Amino acid sequence: MTDSLDRDPILELRGVNKSFGAVQVLHDVHFAAYSGEVTALVGDNGAGKSTLVKCIAGIHPIDSGTYLFNGGPVNVHSPRDASALGVEIVYQDLALCNNLDIVQNLFLGREKRGRFVLDEPGMEELTARTLTNLSVRTVTSFRQKVASLSGGQRQTIAIAKAVLWNSKVVILDEPTAALGVAQTAQVLELVRRLARAGLAVVLISHNMNDVLAVSDRVCALYLGRVAAEVRTAETTHSQIVELITTGQSGTSQKGPPLSPHHADVATPTAAAPVVADILPPAASAASSSNGEPG
Amino acid sequence: MKSVQLVDQPVPLNGEMPPTAARAPAAGERFGLGGHARSYVVRVRGGNMGALPAILGLIVLCVVFAVLRPSFISKTNFANLFTQGAAITIIAMGLVFVLLLGEIDLSAGFASGVCAAVMATLLTNNGQSWWVAMLAALATGAIIGLVLGFAVARIGIPSFVITLAAFLALQGVVLLIIGNGGNISIRDKTIIAIANKNLPPALGWALFAIAVIGYGSVQTARIVTRRAHGLSHTTYSVVAARIAALALVGGAAVYFLNLQRSRNSAIVSLRGVPVIVPMIVALLVFWTYVLTSTRFGRHVYAVGGNAEAARRAGIDIIRIRVVGFVICSTMAAMGGIVAASRATSVDPNAGGSNTLLYAVGAAVIGGTSLFGGKGRILDAVLGGAVIAVIDNGMGLMGYSAGIKYVVTGSVLALAASVDALSGSRRY
Ligand SMILES: Nc1ncnc2c1ncn2[C@@H]1O[C@H](COP(=O)(O)OP(=O)(O)OP(=O)(O)O)[C@@H](O)[C@H]1O
Ligand SMILES: [Mg+2]
Repeated sequence: MTDSLDRDPILELRGVNKSFGAVQVLHDVHFAAYSGEVTALVGDNGAGKSTLVKCIAGIHPIDSGTYLFNGGPVNVHSPRDASALGVEIVYQDLALCNNLDIVQNLFLGREKRGRFVLDEPGMEELTARTLTNLSVRTVTSFRQKVASLSGGQRQTIAIAKAVLWNSKVVILDEPTAALGVAQTAQVLELVRRLARAGLAVVLISHNMNDVLAVSDRVCALYLGRVAAEVRTAETTHSQIVELITTGQSGTSQKGPPLSPHHADVATPTAAAPVVADILPPAASAASSSNGEPG
Repeated sequence: MKSVQLVDQPVPLNGEMPPTAARAPAAGERFGLGGHARSYVVRVRGGNMGALPAILGLIVLCVVFAVLRPSFISKTNFANLFTQGAAITIIAMGLVFVLLLGEIDLSAGFASGVCAAVMATLLTNNGQSWWVAMLAALATGAIIGLVLGFAVARIGIPSFVITLAAFLALQGVVLLIIGNGGNISIRDKTIIAIANKNLPPALGWALFAIAVIGYGSVQTARIVTRRAHGLSHTTYSVVAARIAALALVGGAAVYFLNLQRSRNSAIVSLRGVPVIVPMIVALLVFWTYVLTSTRFGRHVYAVGGNAEAARRAGIDIIRIRVVGFVICSTMAAMGGIVAASRATSVDPNAGGSNTLLYAVGAAVIGGTSLFGGKGRILDAVLGGAVIAVIDNGMGLMGYSAGIKYVVTGSVLALAASVDALSGSRRY
């Protein structure tokens, strides 16, 4: 097993600054996400987490700094640029259209076209397969309007929308904030499965139990600055809370890297279909044939 | 191979569906008549009434007027209803796009007036051929829409304000073109035919047959493809019932319209489906196709439902808004042409008085929401029919324009309350 610190991050931001008018929200931020790992992004309300994510997504242009993807600098000016790289974001405010149904939301902006009309059956079929594989069993119809779904269902639809495409980095902004116990556990399980499948997952959460349960590393923002980037395995609940509330931790170590927290984190090979491992073993063999070019 | 385009192709988390996994909830399920009735009741309870209020209202109004004033259901009056409602229905179709986007266009009425004045001037004063004049009118509409859309989408002026400004300015433009107290009459046969001529009875039946067969094939094809994909689909009996309903209502209308309406048929024969009817059906089919079956249409709904979500999905929301306004004003131009054809002249009040309010009212009465994101082109047709029936029926009863306006205003207020209360914001 390769130590993840020996690898290059798939996504890295260096020295990023971002202001809204006179208010500087991000100061010289460094942030990295690694394939096959869950990186937790924590910080108090207003620390700048959502802003950082929107910069990564191309919604807000960065004022200065470098955006690196797969080790190379890239320009991301619009959500299209980000999704072209394989970066997908599940927003805190879910960014679903209430007046559209599940299928229409999943394919929004990337509708499949038939000869004369949109390929509705094709899109519905893919929706059915994706949601089935995400273990969504509670929706009665894929043609249900999103307005009629519960919070947990909507969150799952939002996540499905991100992984339906060949994404390499999935960023989840407080995915469990509005969920009950059982639905939270389901979403966290889904988060782990995405990482195990080789995706770089970034999880924003205010819930330290969630962070400790699923993340491999923690990046703490304090008033728009990175207070620390630490291994989850090397830190404790109280240290993270200290970083969040004061921006420093007396005992925080940025010391020598340890091996990954989760022994089961597989090192993805570059050519493997990223989502194949989410599936039951029987299904993953089939999907590897349609994932990547030979 | 398409499959190598990584990001353009969705990567299903699948392959074969694992046999043990939960099947798609409704996969392969068939919805028969009973299932349809049940799901409809659920939808109505959930606040989504669809076309129900407009159709019920239409039936009630027709029955009331028919009882109070038997001349309402005379052959001549029935044919009149279509040409009376045509212009506002066409303007309302365009307004549906703007309303879907969550915007409003208060200038659509006078936009239709300006375009009609442009056409009339070219025809009568400049001696241009009908198609040059008509294209110029449509282009004028498109330019007005482009300016409005740019002001709303790019500059960020609220559509209520900018279209109110355009309402006033375009009213002035009509006056300037025609001159105070002036009147440009139209003598071109083709233009006059639009709202005044009827199809030969045989052609009426032929178009009717094409419409029914076309509708039937589209419905059947949908079942076939959905079944091929293993998706839930309606049963053939439901489709057969729909086709039968269309054939019955449409057939009765064509039959009725094909009867001789002339008092003295030896001198002048007056029978057949008004030419404007197939035109409205064609516009209905075309714009419905655009809204339901193209990416652009899907994006119109998305922008109206949640503009931020649409933007994050990579949709160019500025483009969608601008095109929406262009469609609205161009359809207004078309409505203006029809109105001018019907009146065989254009005066300084063209597109004024109740034109705009009737058109907005038609869309809203039909079920299009004022809050954006919900509506269909069919709404414009149903609502336009309701308004035409009220206007026509009240006229026959000898009520003054004052009472007509009060009643129409009340119906619009009622429709807007239904819209607000039925939770259209929840869709
Ligand atoms: N579009 C904007 N214009 C101006 N200020 C903004 C904008 N977006 C965010 N801010 C400001 O930036 C700061 C960081 O906001 P951000 O939403 O990134 O915080 P957060 O860490 O996500 O907080 P929370 O945990 O509450 O979601 C806040 O002070 C906020 O007011
Ligand atoms: Mg936030």
